[in-house]
Amino acid sequence: MLDHDLIQRTLSTALRTGGELAEIFVEDKASANAIFDDGKVENLSSGRDRGAGIRVIVGDTTGFAHTADLSATGLAEAAEAAGAAARSGGGGVVEVVLTRQHAPRPNLIDVLPEDVAKATKVDLLRRADATARGAGSAITQVTARYGDSRRRILIANSDGLLTEDDQVRTLFTVMAVASGDTGMQTGYQSLGRTVGFELFDSYDVDDIAREAAARALLKLDARPAPSGTLPVVIGPGGGGVLFHEACGHGLEADLVAKGASVFAGRVGERVADPRITLVDDGTMAEEWGAFAVDDEGSLAQRNVLIEDGILTDYMYDLLRSRKEGRARSGNGRRQSYKHLPMVRMTNTYVLAGPDEPDDIIAGTPDGVYVAHLGGGQVNTATGDFVFGMTEAYLIEGGKITEPIREGNLIGNGPAVLASIDAVGHDFAMGSPGMCGKDGQGVPVGDGVPTLRVPALTVGGTA
Amino acid sequence: MGSLSSNPELLDVAARIAEMAGPGEQVEAYVARSTSTSVKAYGGEVESLTQASSAGVGVRVIVDHREGFAYAGTLDEGVVLEALAEARDNATFGEPDEFNGLATPDGVAPADLDLWPEHLADVPTADKVAMALELEKATLGRDPRVTGVRVAMFADSLGEGAVATSTGIRAWGRAGMSHLAVQALANHDGETQIAGGLSVGREVTDLSIDEAADDAVLRATRLLGSTKPATQRLTLVLEPRIAATILSIVGGMLNGEAVLKGRSPFADRVGEVVASPLLTFVDDPTDPRSLGAEAHDGEGLACRRNELVTDGVLQGFLQNSYTGRRSGTASTGSAQRGIASTPGVGAGALAVAPGSGTHEDVLAAVEHGLFVTSMAGLHSGVNPVSGDFSVGVEGLMIKGGQLAEPIREATIASTIQLLLLDISAVGADLEWLPDGSGGVTLVIPDIAMSGT
Repeated sequence: MLDHDLIQRTLSTALRTGGELAEIFVEDKASANAIFDDGKVENLSSGRDRGAGIRVIVGDTTGFAHTADLSATGLAEAAEAAGAAARSGGGGVVEVVLTRQHAPRPNLIDVLPEDVAKATKVDLLRRADATARGAGSAITQVTARYGDSRRRILIANSDGLLTEDDQVRTLFTVMAVASGDTGMQTGYQSLGRTVGFELFDSYDVDDIAREAAARALLKLDARPAPSGTLPVVIGPGGGGVLFHEACGHGLEADLVAKGASVFAGRVGERVADPRITLVDDGTMAEEWGAFAVDDEGSLAQRNVLIEDGILTDYMYDLLRSRKEGRARSGNGRRQSYKHLPMVRMTNTYVLAGPDEPDDIIAGTPDGVYVAHLGGGQVNTATGDFVFGMTEAYLIEGGKITEPIREGNLIGNGPAVLASIDAVGHDFAMGSPGMCGKDGQGVPVGDGVPTLRVPALTVGGTA
Repeated sequence: MGSLSSNPELLDVAARIAEMAGPGEQVEAYVARSTSTSVKAYGGEVESLTQASSAGVGVRVIVDHREGFAYAGTLDEGVVLEALAEARDNATFGEPDEFNGLATPDGVAPADLDLWPEHLADVPTADKVAMALELEKATLGRDPRVTGVRVAMFADSLGEGAVATSTGIRAWGRAGMSHLAVQALANHDGETQIAGGLSVGREVTDLSIDEAADDAVLRATRLLGSTKPATQRLTLVLEPRIAATILSIVGGMLNGEAVLKGRSPFADRVGEVVASPLLTFVDDPTDPRSLGAEAHDGEGLACRRNELVTDGVLQGFLQNSYTGRRSGTASTGSAQRGIASTPGVGAGALAVAPGSGTHEDVLAAVEHGLFVTSMAGLHSGVNPVSGDFSVGVEGLMIKGGQLAEPIREATIASTIQLLLLDISAVGADLEWLPDGSGGVTLVIPDIAMSGT
């Protein structure tokens, strides 16, 4: 992506006025999106973002500059700006010797999106629209989106690291609107993998469309969600966001170090039922949060965060691991070359447990069954979290009965984690997600088996 | 990274692209450029100092009523030409829509706004660093319960943008802003609370370290000792910033695109009562008090004052050129965009018309209620199509007109439609927020709150 000598010169320039570590992150991202809305192909768009971010670290200070100009002059200016920002005195001539490091890909890409005709992508949208509208006369509006991106990155630093990754993502989403006597309801389904266009050999867009439409139709007849504290059973694959919000963010070492996490100082302690093992895994083939190297050049890793209910470790980036004198964990990520990396999750999931899913439901006299959770939010300092139910049902007399309308669930991360009293053996990964932290979004995955929280606050109106 | 030039060279860049339109083709170029600085302080040191400049172009092509779009995160000539070629190619896959088309000059004169901080570009980096460090120190020294600061930050940006089309649009504008932000950690009896404070302005001299520090400290400490309340019905009192957040969601529902596509619960309701007669709200990006003020919208038309709800009656919807044409009205100058997308429709400076009474007057009239200080889960808990509303809340209980104990881990649920109709008091305490919106204290009685 960038000439070897130019990288070396740029790193040397960055360290000319001092500094302990200089790093260059080069990114070249091409993306394509197509929207089918209101019964027609509304818009095709293409984008290209290319540039480099350079940082210099001195003690606890980071200087950072980015540029879209990848010429020798552009890079030298950015390197000087980053170096000046981290000015420490000293410096001099620093020679950087780079060793290329090979990073194994979690999976190979068969069909690059750029090699697929636009007409073929558009046809998928047309099919999804027809299928969703065919699901029932109450379906009054459909929006289908196709998106792909290819993000090539190069990371080099003055410790001699040089590595690259080529990250391909393909996404397909359908939102359906159903209208009835009770007003309008929406249903959404998405499919996303870190693969190319071969995604559609394994998955049928008609299924995505049918699921979105079914969800909207179901809610037309749904009762208002109950309100108050109830047992909540979460279905396989539908509730990984619970763990992402309820404890994942609190296990990010940058928040822990600043005392902004309820899990600070608790490694080695029991934080959950022994049936709970929580993993963050950037190596998971094809999953939305997978990559070969993170945005600081560390290899993706599988990290066990909670093992049999005991908190085992936090997630780290380069800065936190340097500070604490330990290994990085492959969790240093950034939205683009314009952003500084920080500790982020990848694919976060709870391993399958010992319980029979049907027994978990049958053993819940009255409560709520959540087949699918929407987005969520957490206050890491208190552990309080909120997330939306996008497909949920009442459990009455140990049986799943009627669908209920959307509502939020609210709880406290450590309390909920400690209280989970059933974990099914039916693990599934969930939908592709976008995780936001300090204004930066990165793609993430999640997964869970069926599990039960004995008391969670449901924010309905009934 | 020197300061930006003051002559609209950027408009020439946009115009050159627009003039490449072939016969039967419409071309629009939106070009933007910005420089920014951000300083984060932590533990008495500079944690990070970022200096950046960005530029990019979005190109829209319409031919035979088909639309295509492409963008590039650079003004590098070769890449810009590639974007034009891509947009042309993309247009061949769009479906014809008789209403597709770029904006054309509509004779509305742009407001004369002064949004450019003349002195910001000359402020030395050392002064910005000092402000961030001082903010951290000020926040830590204010209350013994404040035991840490997650981050204290100074940030600024200077940007300019230009739109040119082959249909005769030529628009250029520039603006700058700076802000201080801090997140304070408060501890008491082993419980931790975190909350942020802000101070926003155009020039550095508009900023107040005390305002940001006080705000963060008040917000972090007042929730210490909060407990989960019992499930009950009560009156909600929304502080101005939360009222503004909810009205932004309503603004999204009054978007001409959502209406045309059957996704707004307010479609077909113009002229009807949709809110309490106490409520009037307006989107007016020509109001210089708003930090969202702009002379031109994303298609280069003049921004203008649009009254959306007057005394509870729905007046109309926000439109861009496409939705205006298709709905048989006209653009309201409400096209919103970045370089990476085609123009959508949205409010730039949505604000509630002030009612009567100070914040304290409004509170004093509430017998049993909740003063909401934060809402969580708005992105997952509000459905902009159905209007269903369910969010997490924190705040202080109100008893006999007085603020009482703090609560957390509760949710409230209703629908946006009901919330608007039920508003029983509108404060006079208009507060302009960093996102450009303006809020006042709102009171909504008889809301279901779920707790234990």
